[in-house]
Amino acid sequence: MLNFTIRRLLLAIPTLLFISLVIFLLLEASPGDPLADVPLTVPPEVRERMREALGLGDPWPIRYVLWLKQFFWVEPLHWTDQLFGTSFSEGMQRIISFQSRSPVFDVIAQRLPQTLTVVGMSYVVGILIAIPIGILSAYRQYSWFDQIGTFVSMIGFSMPTFFTGVVLIIIFAVNLQWFPSVYDTTLEVTDWDSFLQQARQMVMPVTVLALYNAAQISRFMRSSMLDNLGQDYVRTARAKGLSERVVVLKHVLRNSLIPVVTVIALGLPAVFGGAIITEQVFKVNGLGQLLISAIHGNDIPMVLTLTFIFAILIVVFTLIADILYGVLDPRIRYD
Amino acid sequence: MTDTTRPDTDPLRAAAGNAATPEGISPPVVPPQPDDVTRSQWRDVWRQFRSHRGAMVGLVIFVSIILFVSVGPLIWTIDPTYVDIRARNSGFSLAHPLGTDQLGRDLLARLMAGGQVSIAVGLTAMIIAIFIGSLVGVTSGYFRRLDAPLMRLTELFLALPLLPLLLLMVTLFREPLSQTFGPALGIFFLIVGAIGATSWMQAARIVRGDVLGLKEREFILAARSIGTPSHRMILRHVLPNVLSPIMVAATLGIATAIITESALSFLGLGFPPDFPTWGRLLYDAVDQMVLYPWRVIFPGLLISLTVLCVNYIGDGLRDAMDPRIRGR
Repeated sequence: MLNFTIRRLLLAIPTLLFISLVIFLLLEASPGDPLADVPLTVPPEVRERMREALGLGDPWPIRYVLWLKQFFWVEPLHWTDQLFGTSFSEGMQRIISFQSRSPVFDVIAQRLPQTLTVVGMSYVVGILIAIPIGILSAYRQYSWFDQIGTFVSMIGFSMPTFFTGVVLIIIFAVNLQWFPSVYDTTLEVTDWDSFLQQARQMVMPVTVLALYNAAQISRFMRSSMLDNLGQDYVRTARAKGLSERVVVLKHVLRNSLIPVVTVIALGLPAVFGGAIITEQVFKVNGLGQLLISAIHGNDIPMVLTLTFIFAILIVVFTLIADILYGVLDPRIRYD
Repeated sequence: MTDTTRPDTDPLRAAAGNAATPEGISPPVVPPQPDDVTRSQWRDVWRQFRSHRGAMVGLVIFVSIILFVSVGPLIWTIDPTYVDIRARNSGFSLAHPLGTDQLGRDLLARLMAGGQVSIAVGLTAMIIAIFIGSLVGVTSGYFRRLDAPLMRLTELFLALPLLPLLLLMVTLFREPLSQTFGPALGIFFLIVGAIGATSWMQAARIVRGDVLGLKEREFILAARSIGTPSHRMILRHVLPNVLSPIMVAATLGIATAIITESALSFLGLGFPPDFPTWGRLLYDAVDQMVLYPWRVIFPGLLISLTVLCVNYIGDGLRDAMDPRIRGR
């Protein structure tokens, strides 16, 4: 197991390097110019100096290596400085956003809480809904509950989140006026009233994403339960005279959760990146919104860093899913 | 489906049947007719498919949506881009059954035109993705030497953050492509290519797994022993046998491609404004959804309905193609 983990970790390094190169070259090939908004009255030599100041003067391999150094060396050093009050990173250039002129990671740190509360919450809610539904519809296969559950989950992942979101806004924010349609990120939770307000503005985005996640996870849960319910050990457990409750909730559930846990782990990177559309619908200014505004503004360092962070998350959670699978299921051997 | 010899055409069985006739004399000229017409594989698949109620309903609705967007404009001949500013924001009326938008363009005509683009994008992107996917899957499953590098490549693509990359590609290459091919066609190529190039990985993995299993079968060994060259082996023996997973993946691929296209349009990164697609119509209507909610709801419903139908068809196909379930 340890061997496998180390091998996979080593393999992840070239993968990530290659992905970062792909993203970098894609941005490099783009015709977009970060100086496009500079007025035409600025003389060409000043414009050239501005390019130099942005670090755009060097050929791309040098800029790529410089970015790698900033990402993997300067930024971690800066974080250790912040944590322990040391001064390793003194005089070193951090990754600076073209748009806001502040370090990219500081902007990301500002946006992360919004994304995590809304999207993370919806993922948790989705899982909590999906697992009981999956268990019940597998246990009573082809019953009306199962039929309805399958139909609803089919609808759940057929309806794009931008449509469900807009429909919810029309019904609950416009017609019934129960919830606000725009997520207010400046709201600080200090007392009970502001907490209620926070909860109310979170209801709709969380519902939209939770419905979508629950639809996928409940289908996995159902098919995994069905696989296990037909196994011999279930018959043995029943023959021993165990109660139905123990058979299903203890024996079958534990075994069927194994693949579902890995599916949940695989879906986690989407918590950070994939909710771009939902954030756009409800005007949550999280990471997705940051990425879109950076793309529109030709903010190359921001786009590069954000996309690369998403790639790291995907690689890491794929690895975690594989390891979890091996840990949870002793039949799986990677060696 | 793996074996071309049907039990009915088996000469031994036929001879045994003849010997067992009560007369003891074989009838004069009754060569056992291979009744492939009634027992062909696709007929079996179709029979099983028909018994899947959701898939049949899905198929009927999907066909009617396709008819709506393809035949509809011939009957409802208002130009979807015709601006009639005096009739703007009109409600449901005889002249405009679904009303008009803020520039007085007829919504029904726009829905039909938008559907053509959305479905065309879905189909074309799916064809590209399936082509790349089966190519990679078959080569990596069939040629052992190419297996490791191609699978590394697939894993690499799976590790890419797809939606951010799609957004990036569409924004960055919008201008040069629309200059070369014109605004509409350029964006079409871009979106179709981008979606196709980022969604072939699942198909490749499924096809590779199936090909690896097929390679151990006797009929492949038999074909190899008579010296079949690789290309004929793949085209004649391997590909027809992995057709069913490819078809299922293709059906589900249409659904994801339609959703991705409308998501891009919704983020304002899809087709240009005067070129309606369902996602674009929804995006344009969001600003005025408080006053005119149906303009959001109609395109959204059409997207969801199409995707739902395609998903159900895919589900039904998967069941119908699986010979283990087909008997039930």
